[in-house]
Amino acid sequence: MTIKKFVVGSFDDEEVLFPAVKKVRKAGYKIHDVYTPFPIHGLDAAMGLRDTSLHTAGFIYGLTGLTTALSFISWVLTRDWIQNYGGKPHFSLPAWIPIMFELTVLFSAVGMVLTFCYLCQLAPFVKKHHFHPRATDDLFVMVIECTSKTNVQEAEAFLAAAGAQEVNVQLAEAGWWLGRYDMEKKLFDNKTETVTA
Amino acid sequence: MIKQQFEIPSGYKKWTYGLLAVGVVAFLAGFFFLGMSKDEHDQTRFWAVLLQNSLYFLMVCNAAMFFICALTLGHSGWQITFRRVPEAISAVVPVFSIVALLVFIGIIMGHQHHIYHWIDKDAVAGDSILTWKKGFLNPTFFFIWTIVTLGTWSLVGRKMRQLSRKADEARMGVEESKSYIWNNTVWAAIFIVAFALTTGSTVPWLWLMSIDAHWYSTMYSWYTFASTFVSGLALIALYIVFLKNHGYLEYTTREQLHDVGKFIFAFSIFWTYLWFSQFMLIWYANIPEETIYFKSRLQGAYRGIFWFNFIVNFVAPILILMTRGSKRNYAVMTFMSVLIILGHWLDFYQMVMPGTVGDHFTLGWFEWGTLALFLGMTMFFAGRALTKAPMLPKYHPYLKESLIHHT
Repeated sequence: MTIKKFVVGSFDDEEVLFPAVKKVRKAGYKIHDVYTPFPIHGLDAAMGLRDTSLHTAGFIYGLTGLTTALSFISWVLTRDWIQNYGGKPHFSLPAWIPIMFELTVLFSAVGMVLTFCYLCQLAPFVKKHHFHPRATDDLFVMVIECTSKTNVQEAEAFLAAAGAQEVNVQLAEAGWWLGRYDMEKKLFDNKTETVTA
Repeated sequence: MIKQQFEIPSGYKKWTYGLLAVGVVAFLAGFFFLGMSKDEHDQTRFWAVLLQNSLYFLMVCNAAMFFICALTLGHSGWQITFRRVPEAISAVVPVFSIVALLVFIGIIMGHQHHIYHWIDKDAVAGDSILTWKKGFLNPTFFFIWTIVTLGTWSLVGRKMRQLSRKADEARMGVEESKSYIWNNTVWAAIFIVAFALTTGSTVPWLWLMSIDAHWYSTMYSWYTFASTFVSGLALIALYIVFLKNHGYLEYTTREQLHDVGKFIFAFSIFWTYLWFSQFMLIWYANIPEETIYFKSRLQGAYRGIFWFNFIVNFVAPILILMTRGSKRNYAVMTFMSVLIILGHWLDFYQMVMPGTVGDHFTLGWFEWGTLALFLGMTMFFAGRALTKAPMLPKYHPYLKESLIHHT
């Protein structure tokens, strides 16, 4: 639970966002994150994020599933509860392969979903600070984390010069906390735009 | 410097003519020592090897056209920068069609009943299973359907290549682009339907499965398709890497190679899925007339090849091509492509040989020499087709999509 200071810039065009991300990184600011309404190809590379290890985790879960299936079935059918199925040998691997395959898929799929949720800090009742409500609608929101050495005014001016439409400074919780969004009043009370029918 | 037009490098020529020379010598020697031999076993070996190679390479080259048509139907844009590569490979189909037709004529007119048991009229008359299959397995139907098939592949493939050449001429407006894409879609759909009715079902039954005339498997055609499609993809990948190394295809990046790699990975597993499904059902039911197919492959002389085939075509691709880095690496992709092409050549070998030459097989000078001959022919004709068109269809409506392709 740490409250930090952030400089938040909102862009309305990804064409402006990309060069801005590069400029901000080059100037030495620390990018906390970039929030976009939709996935943008190449943004991870522009931000300098490393490749995810999710697939390695998936491979390990798959191997775990394979081993679980093979060891359990072979234990049951050759030691614990031996039965004769159509005169086939007790250890009849071809018949088990579909189950081994299924468990491989099941373990890797479920494992990867849970790992993904863990990595993204997604879970029921886990709440995080929204820097701008329109990041889920039509704005690309770049958040710079201020350190003790950051000159806030300079950072604000830098973002505006890089093409940000709106720049502001927020003191916010950097991590997550528990709560319920449907109990949250603030998000719905502060209207960001008026819609006329 | 950007190289728009392919000129055959001297190394490529050297390999092509080298392979062709070795192949022609092997073929002539095979013709005189095996084909003309009084020994029926030698004759069978000669024709079986020719059948295996001509059908394998014919279907591998045709898989390149299937690749183009399937992606065209899916409105995929990423393939445009290297689309001329599968096009050039598919341009070999008419040549191999003629070769395959000559081989069929040699087998059926030459009455090689050790290859196709069903051409022996006396044997069919005294055999209730073969009599029952007579409507499908007879020389007249065989030739009609084969010629229809080969003609359709060649002509519709040619039409697709001609359509592609239109993208070289002039910039297209919106309406023109729409009708161009629609034209492509219609012809691709025609090819896919023809492909499904031939490679996807009837033709492998007729050409290959009828070697074991009493036996049948409804999965056989899919198995053959998967085998040749993954080899065709490997051939495309080989050409992409080769052309990149010689300074062509400057807009085809690792992103495109990565996607071709994903295709190879996926279809290697698809092949294994069919391999196993065919095997498991027969193993489970344990009916003698079905298990006979696996008798010589699992317990007989072909045991080694059968399992080697499984390791090369499943275990190696799944372990080596699984990571992102290996699919984007030229050396790994080259190695895997060569491995897969040879692996599925061996797969075809173990599909053809047990039913023809039986347990006394040799994987000797004639087999490898014929492989060299067909590889040389593929390289010669595909290389020639590559020189005939610019490397980039530069006015294709989807070109931009391919240039910015990102996996």
